[in-house]
This record gives sequence, C-alpha cells and structure tokens, in this order.
Amino acid sequence: MKSERRVIPIKLERPSSLTESQRVQVMAVCEQLQTMPGALLPILHGIQDALGFVPKDAVPLIAQALNLSRAEVHGVLSFYHGFRQQAPGRQVVQLCRAEACQAVGARELEAHAKQRLGIDFHQTTADGALTLEPVYCLGNCALGPSLMIGESLRGRVTPQRFDQLMQQARLMGAQP
Amino acid sequence: MTVKLYLPCDAAALAVGADDTAHAIATEAQARGIEIQLVRNGSRGLLWLEPLVEVETAQGRIAYGPVAAEDVASLFDAGFLEGAAHRLGHGATEDIPYFKRQQRLTFARVGLDDPLDLDAYRAHGGYAGLDNALLMEPGAIVQCVTDAGLRGRGGAAFPTGIKWRTVLEAPSAPRVPSTSDRASDRASDDAKYVVCNADEGDSGTFSDRMLMEGDPYTLIEGMTIAGIATGATRGYIYLRSEYPHAHRTLQAAIATAYANRYLGDDIRGSGLRFDLEVRLGAGAYICGEETSLLESLEGKRGQVRFKPPLPALQGLFGKPTVINNVITLASVPVILARGADYYKDFGMGRSRGTLPIQLAGNIKHGGLVELAFGVSLRELLYDFGGGSLSGRPIRAVQVGGPLGAYLPESQFDTPLDYEAYGEIKGMLGHGGIVVFDDRVDMAQQARYAMEFCAVESCGKCTPCRIGSTRGVEVIDRLIAGEQPVKQEALLRDLCETLTYGSLCALGGLTPFPVLSALNHFPEDFSKAAPVPATA
Repeated sequence: MKSERRVIPIKLERPSSLTESQRVQVMAVCEQLQTMPGALLPILHGIQDALGFVPKDAVPLIAQALNLSRAEVHGVLSFYHGFRQQAPGRQVVQLCRAEACQAVGARELEAHAKQRLGIDFHQTTADGALTLEPVYCLGNCALGPSLMIGESLRGRVTPQRFDQLMQQARLMGAQP
Repeated sequence: MTVKLYLPCDAAALAVGADDTAHAIATEAQARGIEIQLVRNGSRGLLWLEPLVEVETAQGRIAYGPVAAEDVASLFDAGFLEGAAHRLGHGATEDIPYFKRQQRLTFARVGLDDPLDLDAYRAHGGYAGLDNALLMEPGAIVQCVTDAGLRGRGGAAFPTGIKWRTVLEAPSAPRVPSTSDRASDRASDDAKYVVCNADEGDSGTFSDRMLMEGDPYTLIEGMTIAGIATGATRGYIYLRSEYPHAHRTLQAAIATAYANRYLGDDIRGSGLRFDLEVRLGAGAYICGEETSLLESLEGKRGQVRFKPPLPALQGLFGKPTVINNVITLASVPVILARGADYYKDFGMGRSRGTLPIQLAGNIKHGGLVELAFGVSLRELLYDFGGGSLSGRPIRAVQVGGPLGAYLPESQFDTPLDYEAYGEIKGMLGHGGIVVFDDRVDMAQQARYAMEFCAVESCGKCTPCRIGSTRGVEVIDRLIAGEQPVKQEALLRDLCETLTYGSLCALGGLTPFPVLSALNHFPEDFSKAAPVPATA
C-alpha cells in the first residue's frame, strides 16, 4: 500500500513561525498517526494535545505527511469548533450555552462570566490565565449550569461558585 | 470485616464533588481504624442525589445522598456502615420509588459495579448475548434483532434489523470504489464496518455518556454482535470530544476486552475477528448526523452527504456500514441474551422495548429513567421528576433535543411513542426532556434555536446555512415589534423553506422549536409595543 503513495513535495513559502520544539512535536504526531485510515482528525487532536492549539504553520507539515493540500487541512481545521488556531490561556474554561443549562440560569451565568473575566467568548484574560469558550452541552444536563475547566466537569455552578472556581483555576494554572 | 461502599465515578457525580467525598470517606475510615472497600461504580441515574454513597449491608445496598465531603463524619457517627438512619438516608437503593418503578433493560447493569471490572460484568449477565450470538448464523442474529422491534435510539427511529439486513446482504466488495485515492484515506482490507454514533450533542441528553462511563462492555458487546451479524470486522466508536471521562473509560474497557479475547482476531475461540477503536470528534454538532459523522471519521469536514447511497451500502470509506447510536447497540446484548419476545413485550404500537429517558433542566429530580414506551410526560415530570427545581410552575418542556418541539402543558399527556410525537409535530429524538419554569422567555428560546442552527450548520445547503441567520434577524425584528404581522408571516415562510429545502435534520427540524414556541406561546413574541414602519 505504501509503495503506491504519490508524494507531491510542498515548498514552504515563508519561514515557519514554529519553534524547533513545536516542529519536532508536530512531526512526531504526524509520523505516529499518518498511516491510520482517516488520520487527519487524530493528528489534529494529537497536535492540540501536545501544544494546546494547532499553529497555522503546522498546516503545511500535516498536509505533506498526509499528501493533502494545505487548503484541505485548513478546511478541516477551521470546520471544527474544537480545534484552536491560537494559543489559549493556561486554562480553558468551556461554559455550556445549551437549553438544559439555560433552564437553570446559564444565560445569567454567561453574562456574569464575561463581565467578571472581562472577556467575550474565544478570548483570553489579560494575564493569560483563562480562555473562555462556549460549548453546546457537556452531558451534565440534570445538574446544570455546567462548565468544564480543562477536563474537569463542574455542575450547579452559581455565579459565586464560578468566582471560586476561577480563582482555583488561576492558581492551578500558575503552578509550573 | 471489610465494609463495601459504592460511590460513582460518573462525570455527573464528579461534577458535584464525588472525588472530594471519596477522599473524605477514605480519610475518615482510616482515622477511625475501619477497613472499607470503596468501589467507584457507574451512576444509578438518580442524579439529584449525587454524590450517592451506597453501603452494602445484609439488607441490601443502602443509599445516602447527596453526600458532600463535610457530611462524611456525621454519616460515620450515625453508623451508616451498618445502614443506620441519617438525614441523607434513603433506605435500600432499589426500593427508592424513582428507581423501583423503572424497567431497566439497557441500563440493567449501570451503577451496579466498577464499570471496568470484566468479571463483575460477566457475573451480572454480561456477554450472555455474545455467547448466544456465537452459536447462531448471522442471518438468525439479524432476524432476532428485527423480531425484537428495535428501532434506532439516536432519534430517527429506523428499524435496526432492516439496516443490519441491508449490510449483511450487501456485497463485501464496494460497488463503486471510494472516490479517494489517498493512501491515508483508503480502507484497509476490512470489507464492512460497524460505526457507533456516540456524538451525543443534544442538550438534555446524557444516556450515551452514562452508559459508556457506567457499563462500557455492553456497548462493546453490542458492537461485536453487530459485527458478527453483518460480516463486519472493524468497528469505530465516534465519541464527542466533550466527553473526556467516557473516552478514558472506553479506552480502558477496549484494552481489557482485547486482553481477554472479547475483541481481536479470535473472539472467544470462535475464529471470528472484530477490532474496535475510539475516534474523537471535535465539537461539531452536525457530526451526530450519520453521513456527516462518516465524513468526519474519514478525516474530512463534517459535511452531510446526499442519500442515496445509503451508508448501509456505501458508508465509511465507501464500504457497507452499520451505523447506530450507543443506546441502540447497547440494547442488542439483552435482546440476544433474553430473546426477541422478551424485549418486544415492552412498549406500545410500533415503538417496542424501552427508552432511556433523561430528565433535565429545571427539574427537581433529574436523572435517567428507563421505561417502556407509552409513559406520559406528565408522569415523568411530576411522579418521577417531582416538578420544577425552582418550585415554580412548569411552563414549557422541550423533548428531543435542540431540534425538538417546545410543548405546553396541554400536551403533557401525549404518550412517549415515536408516532404519537410525530402527530403533534414533535419528536422523541434521543429521549431528552428539558424542563423550563414560568420565567422562560419563549421568544428567546426560538431565537436561540435559529442561532444554534447558524452556529452548527455544516454549510452544505442554503436553507440551513443562510436561513438560520436570517431567522435570527427576523425573530429579533418580531420581538422588537417592527411590523410584527409581516415578520411572523416571513418567519413561517422561512420555516417552511427550512423544513422542505434542507438536506438533513439540522435545517429540516430547526422549525420544530421555533414554530412550537410561536404557536403555543405567542404572547412572548408580542411584548414590545408595535413600532411603526420607518420607511
């Protein structure tokens, strides 16, 4: 199967902004996963897990590994809400906007969160600690309003509880 | 003597502090010199009682909840290890009416034990379905599923047996080669696939998550049976990335299943092969639509495909593919273990068996209720749910996720049945029930439905991609009182275009919540004083 692969060399047009360590990590993920059927999503996840986001200069490297065009990789990367193209803050906070949470105060919590953190969705606090993202259901619909900090799910989040959780998250993120 | 305690590791329990409670119990037991065994089980589904601690006693498992870390010392003081009374005590778990009145078939094992303990799974009747299936011809397995009357639990309610029959009878070589010639996209030698749709994106639904976290082997067993029944040798679970706990549980369960030859090239010495892996989505609601899910699994944008060809004939990588929801596949083991008639005897009309219903939103007793089809919303909301969480009157209930209709109280007696909901222009969907009290603004809910469609549209067809954005604008003008009669007519016209002109259910069903809000709660759309036309 491998011998039939047509490889079209892709020339990088401008110097990559990736650091050497980022480039090595991107290449390692590509090499590890590129032979899987339908490898693109697993590769994008792998890179995001390693770097926290998928830098735009990773796109040509992925395209080359999978023999895709950069446009195709960019098309997939930008289609999914779950992939970030900008480096996030030290902790990512996903706030549920869906109906079950709305029924128990998610709209108010959303307004409180934006006001308290001083940012809108998809933005990072000025100190680089927290990135706020909307999410449409975390599967905790009987115990809303819900949010997820990193991979830690929290339910019954009142505005007061939100403030406590953000304080903890800032401390957690500050640890080396 | 070591006392055995159970405390869930389910994400919903963790979200309200189950790990803190576990830590407090372990610390307190150690300080008192008491030997305990703390089993982290799946959730029983009585979510308002989480973290729910169960103590194994001679009288059965005694429930205490919700147990916060600071309640632990008082539980020890009261003698909860002997099942003694306490203000958080509820008696035997299985005698709690909410639980006792359920008909648990698919969820029979969820919450009984450590979800990853394969011996416990077998001890509770697990893999009896596969054992039977291994002695049957593929066609007989498909017939058994057909006879049970199982329909797709993801929302579309398509008969599972018919889908499986199509895949079984499909030629294993694809009729049309895959359009892709890329090595990385090309299928391996596998001729057919089983794909599990675990992209549970509907708000108000969590049964897939609870099952995957609480009883993952049931899903693995169901998929293995589907493989044997249809001749597919490779399976994929497409799991949404918002479920990291389910991801870890599934990965661990699959590894254990391989180690014990429940997966791999020689399943239980039968010579049959079935390989299984988990793939993660990336936050796209549309990937719950089956053809868009298949595109995503192939590494592409999750855009909806035209049908035909049906996925059963040309699905993943162009090969015949069984694609079913988690609950559908997880209902297969009990059907094979206990027979088609046993399962079929539950339910009503053409809706056979049981439906795991999820009570969510503003509800006092939220959780999972598995019942035969036919129960009314009123029973669920008041007898099981105990009314609203806020104590205020329930004004509207959305059934079937973000694309389901908002029902007013006058429709609360409709039996939960696929056809009955179709008649009132609603749908059961994945069985999620979201409750709103009288403070809800239904015009805002209608606006949100359009906004959600705009955010999540895959962009392939015009009515959904553009119509949803125009829909938000029209509703905004309607709410503001700008030429309300004209705006309402425009909104209804737009909804008709969405209903009949969209390629898939996202655009096609978004009018359900919008129009049901408009029809049943018109007063919420006319709060503003009419604004005279400016031009």
